[in-house]
Amino acid sequence: MNSWILPAATLWQRELVRFWRQKSRVLGVVASPLVFWLLIGSGSNDLARYYSGALVLTVMFSAIFSTISIIEDRREGFLLSMLVSPAPRTSLVLGKILGSATLAWLQGLIFLCFAPLAGVRIAPLDLIPVALAILLISFTLTGLGFVIAWRMESTAGFHGIMNLLLVPMWMVSGSLFPMATAHGWVRVLMRVNPLTYSISLMNHTLGMPNSQPGALESLLVTAAFGLVLLAACGIMAAQKSTHSTA
Amino acid sequence: MIQVENLTHRYGERTALRQVNFAVAKGEIFGLLGPNGGGKSTLFRILSTMMAPTEGRAVIGGCDVVRDRAAVRRQIGVVFQTQSLDKALTVEENLRAQGHLHALSGALLRERMEYSLAQLGLEDRRKDMVETLSGGLRRRVEIAKALLHRPPVLLMDEASTGLDPAARRDLTRHIERLRDQEGVTILLTTHVLEEADRCNRLVLLHRGEVVTEGTPQELRARIGGDVVVLDTDDAQTLAGAIEERFNLRPSQVDGQVRVEIANGHRFIAEVVEAFPGAIRSVGLHKPTLEDVFVRETGAQIE
Repeated sequence: MNSWILPAATLWQRELVRFWRQKSRVLGVVASPLVFWLLIGSGSNDLARYYSGALVLTVMFSAIFSTISIIEDRREGFLLSMLVSPAPRTSLVLGKILGSATLAWLQGLIFLCFAPLAGVRIAPLDLIPVALAILLISFTLTGLGFVIAWRMESTAGFHGIMNLLLVPMWMVSGSLFPMATAHGWVRVLMRVNPLTYSISLMNHTLGMPNSQPGALESLLVTAAFGLVLLAACGIMAAQKSTHSTA
Repeated sequence: MIQVENLTHRYGERTALRQVNFAVAKGEIFGLLGPNGGGKSTLFRILSTMMAPTEGRAVIGGCDVVRDRAAVRRQIGVVFQTQSLDKALTVEENLRAQGHLHALSGALLRERMEYSLAQLGLEDRRKDMVETLSGGLRRRVEIAKALLHRPPVLLMDEASTGLDPAARRDLTRHIERLRDQEGVTILLTTHVLEEADRCNRLVLLHRGEVVTEGTPQELRARIGGDVVVLDTDDAQTLAGAIEERFNLRPSQVDGQVRVEIANGHRFIAEVVEAFPGAIRSVGLHKPTLEDVFVRETGAQIE
């Protein structure tokens, strides 16, 4: 048991220690969603409308930045020595995902401090579901980042996917315009986009009016998406390499 | 301790290793010497369980590197060519994380850390951030980290790359002490001749094949006497002329003519006398591993 928990725990702790020592990273992750939000929200004179989207974007950036490190870490870095240690792969993957998700969550919580600017008031007790929702979304997006990064040869490829897949996914998730007003195929896209449910989950817990899909549906889809991704991470990492991946 | 049998590896069409065989005895420093691209890194990846070979097998401490991967991983410490330390952590934190990967904790882990730090002379650096350490010190931390679980076998890939000569000698000293005092078996890859010279035994790898094998002394002894190197404008003509006149077999490498000969000092006088104006400069040295490599492959290592 020790041989399973210790590696995961040490990786999780490593992420947190690194994060604490490189505090400027927080600025990088929180700053751009904050600027987007302030620009779009102020321009349309509706900061509250875009708040959930900006918060999820913060979590997404954080999750992406910490999973992107896998690519370089594997070729040159700490991951190398992990790969030739007897620690079980699933334990290593769990530790990495726990660590990255915790960071994404913390940065989401930091972004929560700007809620009053949006006129969003959260009662102390309501903070619990909000924090839990951010945690769930953090795990989901970290899982997504991991699945993409694990097979990537270069960080350039990851940037390509980020611009072609992740950012557009975020755009049609209800972060910028609600599903109710979307037209034609974009509306279908929004329906099948798992991120749509993350955004509406945030909207529901923050008490934003008229968010679609419904609260329970949003919760279930986000959780299911997260579970599928985590399972995928475990399966991918357990596969043995016969090529020069290391 | 390590047996490599008929090991072949192909990356698609390209054959990186071809029928490689050798065995490493317990407690020796064994070197894989060869130019970059010679197959050392492929061999290293296979031995360190990162990659399965196309054909053949490798056994470390009685365990097959493919089938008993987990057992092999407990027996080897691996030092990579690239850095595997976390720069944002201290020396001690890096070691502790490594210990956890090997399921070491508590008093046992502390004891192992003390031992490793002491072995590599790093006691007073334990609180230092890896980022602030010199290249030589980082290498020592890498070795301390690789030895933490007290593996009987240490695998090192081009461990001295990027180190200045003083740091390189220092590293060699530490490795030799591990062999002498702890009985650790060490396999290292290198393209640095002075490092290869300190090995107990060597394999010369060229284009994925074992060219020759032996102790550094044995290998050098194959070249009788001295090596004379002649700098000239036209190596081909000069080599031909020497062959004809002195009945020798000179080789041409990189526009130079090399002659292996006993009593090289006498030959120099004769050859300069014989071809006035044809020779730009003359060098004489005792055989090195480079000469052995040139003789066996017609190519240079560096």
